[in-house]
Amino acid sequence: MTQSIVVQVGQCGNQIGFRFWDLALREHSSLNKTGLYDDAVSSFFRNVDTRYSDPADIPVGHGLGKIKDLKARAVLIDMEEGVVNEIMKGPLRGVFDYKQLITDVSGAGNNWAIGHKMYGAKYKEEISETIRRAAELCDCLQCFFVIHSMGGGTGSGLGSFVLNLLHEEYPDIYRFVMAVYPSHEDDVITSPYNSVLAMRQLTDNADCVLPVENQALVDIVNKINQANPKLAERKSSRGHVKAGSAISTGDGGIVKGKDEKPFDSMNNIAANVLLNMTSSARFEGSLNVDLNEITMNLVPFPKMHYLVTSQTPLYSVSDVHIPPRRLDQMFSDAFSKDHQLIKADPKHSLYLACALMVRGKVEVSDIRRNIERLQSSLKFIHWNRDGWKTGLCNVAPVGQPYSLLTIANNTCVHHTFSGLRDRFVKLYKRKAHIHHYTHVDNMEIEDFSESLESLTSVIKEYETLEKQINNPAPSLPRLQVI
Amino acid sequence: MSVVTLQMGQCGNQVGGQFFNMIARDTFDQSLAKCNVPRQTNQQFIDDVCERFFSQEEGSLKARAVMVDMEPKVIAMTTTEAKRSGLFQYNNKQQFCQKCGSGNNWAHGFLVHGSKCSQQVMDLIQKEAEKCDRLEGFFTLMSLAGGTGSGLGAYITQCVRDEFPHSFIMNQVTWPFDTGEVIVQNYNAVLTLSHLYQSSDAILIVENDQEQKICSQLLNIKKISFSDINEVIGHKLASFLQPAKSNNLTSNHLGEMLEHLVPHPEYKLLTMKTIPFMSENNIQYSAYQWPGLVKHLTQMLIANASMEEGIDWGVKLSSTGLAYNKSMANSLFLRGLDVNTVDVSSFKDGRLYPSWLPSEACLASWTNQRTFNKYEKSASLVSNSQTPLISLNHVIDKAWSMFTSRAYVHQYIKHGLAEEDFLDSFACLEQVIKNYKDL
Repeated sequence: MTQSIVVQVGQCGNQIGFRFWDLALREHSSLNKTGLYDDAVSSFFRNVDTRYSDPADIPVGHGLGKIKDLKARAVLIDMEEGVVNEIMKGPLRGVFDYKQLITDVSGAGNNWAIGHKMYGAKYKEEISETIRRAAELCDCLQCFFVIHSMGGGTGSGLGSFVLNLLHEEYPDIYRFVMAVYPSHEDDVITSPYNSVLAMRQLTDNADCVLPVENQALVDIVNKINQANPKLAERKSSRGHVKAGSAISTGDGGIVKGKDEKPFDSMNNIAANVLLNMTSSARFEGSLNVDLNEITMNLVPFPKMHYLVTSQTPLYSVSDVHIPPRRLDQMFSDAFSKDHQLIKADPKHSLYLACALMVRGKVEVSDIRRNIERLQSSLKFIHWNRDGWKTGLCNVAPVGQPYSLLTIANNTCVHHTFSGLRDRFVKLYKRKAHIHHYTHVDNMEIEDFSESLESLTSVIKEYETLEKQINNPAPSLPRLQVI
Repeated sequence: MSVVTLQMGQCGNQVGGQFFNMIARDTFDQSLAKCNVPRQTNQQFIDDVCERFFSQEEGSLKARAVMVDMEPKVIAMTTTEAKRSGLFQYNNKQQFCQKCGSGNNWAHGFLVHGSKCSQQVMDLIQKEAEKCDRLEGFFTLMSLAGGTGSGLGAYITQCVRDEFPHSFIMNQVTWPFDTGEVIVQNYNAVLTLSHLYQSSDAILIVENDQEQKICSQLLNIKKISFSDINEVIGHKLASFLQPAKSNNLTSNHLGEMLEHLVPHPEYKLLTMKTIPFMSENNIQYSAYQWPGLVKHLTQMLIANASMEEGIDWGVKLSSTGLAYNKSMANSLFLRGLDVNTVDVSSFKDGRLYPSWLPSEACLASWTNQRTFNKYEKSASLVSNSQTPLISLNHVIDKAWSMFTSRAYVHQYIKHGLAEEDFLDSFACLEQVIKNYKDL
């Protein structure tokens, strides 16, 4: 069984990360009733003996040892202490080791250059050490998950610096990035600069990027809330959402209801994506999909590794008199633009590849049937008309009998990126706010133009492929045997 | 004469589990009354099966198998299921697994894992081979779509050929669903087949699409899972690998069968057709006779049908309009009541075979009075014919179209493969297609 390390950078990264660990514990506790430390738990947690001041690591062995104390395989990085301190004061403090935290006091001021160049140089040794320590405790490390936002200073700057570091020091370990992109109305004025500067690092150094937009998450949460009337009204209405089943809820986790924060429901959705993606690698199933298979099948060309994700069903209905939403409905919903984690419409763009990660009581014939059904309404590129990757995990997520996570490489991302580029160019034409960046040591004005070029080339690659949506490029004839 | 089974990758291990399960159930779990043979003959049969597929170790029956996978979950599941059946077990020491999978990457399986693990895997195979009194050959189970089964499977087959130059090697490859289980399955299939063609003696093709159709249309299973499909595959494999005798009383050892089926090294692709298939409930109510079964099976061969429903009866041997399926060689396996009365002359028709082969020699038939797996009469045909051409052509088409756009190629190059290797594989398979087309 392989292990993964989660590196959470910046306020956004740490908040999503916090929800991720809460939900991961909830999932494992609902499955692992006897408290045995087995391979599935070890993929994200260490079992430690806390009697020693440097907690001693207890290996999995034959998977029959009891859990003594769990420590998350995580590295928490933030340049201001607020968020991390809250985590360490809260109910999950036992899960993190103080040696896994790297904090500073004053923050990065929404400035990518300060995050990347200044703090990067200052904390390079410490970050490298912390990650090395975490990696050495892994039996077989397979990938790093880096969670950060693109609009801020620490997340985008220091986050992309950490990504570079991981690429240099661990070139064989896969790097998955969950990046939260700023929406159109973002309260940070320099967010376009930060995002574009960070994007170039992501294009060069990440194996897979899962972009997430806040606006999309807000819409999904609203959709779920509409189906879930407020408890105060106490109306017995049909279609009441089953408690604890929505992907935006954290019920059953360590954090109790009254302590939930406003962004928590949105962050839960993002955290669930990570959980569902790794479920097949942790639990058994008839068609296992490991994380390296995701990169292999969904990334046809090196730079085009931006994957659009969507999750269904959003919740399960608790009223037993209503027939359960049919399985097929779940598959259809997954491709609608309301369920995607970025504001984009993949149905009207070209699919390069698509992965369906199914969990729970679904059979391979159901998947085949739905693929045949949906094939006609989705446009795939001509050399990959059957570009489906399926994964089937027997273990269902908490609160639902089955679920589906779609991860697709679709050309609709170029719309999002074009929007970002336009906002960048608007500011850059006037050289507004540039001096804040160039004041920082080692930051050159060329970094801006190079990042813009890198973004433009990625957009162009996607656009070129999309042009083939209706007229495929002519293919070379096959080899002839004389 | 014993056969050592190598189960490679998730598919190989899952199919292998069902294959041994099927053999064990058929051999040990049938009441004597149903078997249609006297007690002594039955005992002889049981002994033959034990010699072929199992070895007696530490008081229990252990399968002669080596299980290889790059991640541990599937091997664990298969071993547990075997133990639960109570009929046989897998030897825990004959398992090899690593922690990280091959990521559906043929180059990773072949070049990276191959060189790293081949020594240990070959040691296990050597140990298993030494347990046999007389080693007949190796039976490898693998898929074409993934990374381990296809890549590592191809590498190990090469190693086995180098280590055991006089043994027979048959590879059972599982063709993935047409609409994709893995996106790069076409690349993996092309690379695997071209390499297997060099080192293996016979490549037995099983297609997931066809097996699923059998499950849904003949066995009436509503929600088909992979274990249902694997049970069908296990049934088909057991139906021709279980002991049987030919007219001059030679036993159907792997070598005998392959010598007949693969007369020419350029023609190595085999396919299986088995009838009848029906759900448990229907078996009690059906009475079928040999002439009917033989007629269906012959037409299945000519019209290239994979099961007994939906056969195109319009295709006839004499028609010049519709082309029919030509074969190089056929082996017929008949099991059950009254096998000696069966007329198999329809399979000896000279029009089925190319003109440069003597038609009487093209059919080998093997029979066994003992009923197989609850069917009182069952027939199986293993043929070296043009059947796999359609799927093969399809796969090469798709792989080539991807290759011309150079999609995903960087993932293979990352692990040491070069574009020339791709081109070589394409060339090899185009040659195979041409050979079969010209039959």
